[in-house]
Amino acid sequence: MRESILNVQGLNAHYGDFQALYGVDLDVAEGEVLAIIGANGAGKTTLMRSITGLLRNGAGQISYRGQDIGGLRADQVASLGVAMVPEGRQLFRSLSVEENLIIGGQVGRKGAWDLAAVQKLFPILKERCHVPATALSGGQQQMVAIGRALMANPDLILFDEISLGLAPIIIKDIYDALPGIIGTGMSAMIVEQDITKALSVSSRVYCLQEGRVSLEGQSATIERADISRAYFGVE
Amino acid sequence: MDWLNAVVQGTLLGGLYALFAAGLSLIFGVMRLVNIAHGDLIILAAYLGLTVTTVAGVHPLLALLIVVPAMGLIGYALQRGILNQTLGDDLLPPLLVTFGLSVILQNGLLEIYTADPQKMDAGALEIASFAVGSLTLGVLPVLTFAIAVAVIWGLQWTFYRTALGRAFRAVSDNQDIAQLMGLNRRHIFGLAMALALAVTAIAGILLGIRTSFDPSVGGGRLIFGFEAVIIGGLGNLWGTLAGGVILGVAQTVGAKIDPGWQILAGHIVFLLILAVRPNGLFPRVSG
Repeated sequence: MRESILNVQGLNAHYGDFQALYGVDLDVAEGEVLAIIGANGAGKTTLMRSITGLLRNGAGQISYRGQDIGGLRADQVASLGVAMVPEGRQLFRSLSVEENLIIGGQVGRKGAWDLAAVQKLFPILKERCHVPATALSGGQQQMVAIGRALMANPDLILFDEISLGLAPIIIKDIYDALPGIIGTGMSAMIVEQDITKALSVSSRVYCLQEGRVSLEGQSATIERADISRAYFGVE
Repeated sequence: MDWLNAVVQGTLLGGLYALFAAGLSLIFGVMRLVNIAHGDLIILAAYLGLTVTTVAGVHPLLALLIVVPAMGLIGYALQRGILNQTLGDDLLPPLLVTFGLSVILQNGLLEIYTADPQKMDAGALEIASFAVGSLTLGVLPVLTFAIAVAVIWGLQWTFYRTALGRAFRAVSDNQDIAQLMGLNRRHIFGLAMALALAVTAIAGILLGIRTSFDPSVGGGRLIFGFEAVIIGGLGNLWGTLAGGVILGVAQTVGAKIDPGWQILAGHIVFLLILAVRPNGLFPRVSG
């Protein structure tokens, strides 16, 4: 068993009075790619927001490299090496493509990823570096969002629904590029509605249902019937 | 020629109004905060300037060296200590809190400096003038206008050419995602307020040289600042300068028609522009 980089212990997450996660346990090993699947409203995005510190649930529930990060602000978590590609891309619309990438490097962590490396991975971003980020096509915007997260040189990168709203051909391109990105030793969590895609790039998978972990297993060997049951909660 | 003179003098006056407005515009742009205490902060800066000039015996313009950083520090502390706590989805809490701050500032200044009108003594600068053709221009109004242009240019440059400006724009676009990029919005907001009040310090000192002031006149400066921002279009700093100039010209031309109309003419032009172009003359095109 490799050392774990992220450990979530009995995570309860709330939005005001509404509880979105109930005692979620999960861990990510160093260099591992984890897939999180589940229906809409199962708590996938809440889990991401909790890990990154956008949703703070109090100390003691999430530890990163042995350090308790449950009570930290998102900017503090980011500086420890956790980056996210948020659902719906959420680029800064007042910033150019290049500025969006540069601001991703704002946390100041050293590593292999810099502007030149990201532009080499996605050459179109160099070509269009001065246009407003939101003037790009959806697929190109997703490249900016991925590049922006990479610029932070994270050790753990979270992908939240990166195929949402994109054409199948673009999704294929992005998933083809993923192993090259994650292969550099990063750990990753991929939240995805497309189960086949999620299983193809991950080594382990967790399924969430109504705020609880309903299934956990190896991506290569997990049974489709088990997933259906865990996904929809019906026999 | 009298009319041309009114227009030119109004334009120069507009520089001062643009300085009133620049801080308001910046704060609203970065954090959607409407600062009702802005006018009183201008007056606070004028009083700080007065204290520095009397205690240290220096020229008011030299007092800028102390008042600008002092107001910057006050801005940062105010933002981190109080205003950050009021920001959220609801616009009302910051309005109420800055309104309360306005009342406190006015009464605090009244307590310390009394209600007597005060003025800063800038010596020969106040009456120096030079002739351009048949017009006579005051050195102080021309200097004020030049400073306003320089300040707007500087803010524009900061916004679009520096890492700080990038952070301002990013936080303004999407606070959560900016936080994910390692930017602590509370700190960024503090820096924005510091910058805004540094500009306010310049406005306050120039106001205090130009005219007499007392603790109650902040509200009027707030209105002029607001009107300049709205006329120019929210989020456009050069538009704010144009808005200040339009307001200044409306006032001097109004005063030319009848001295009693000065202030009213400015308000009427503001209302007309608001009726015809509710988004101001030069709104930032949003994508």
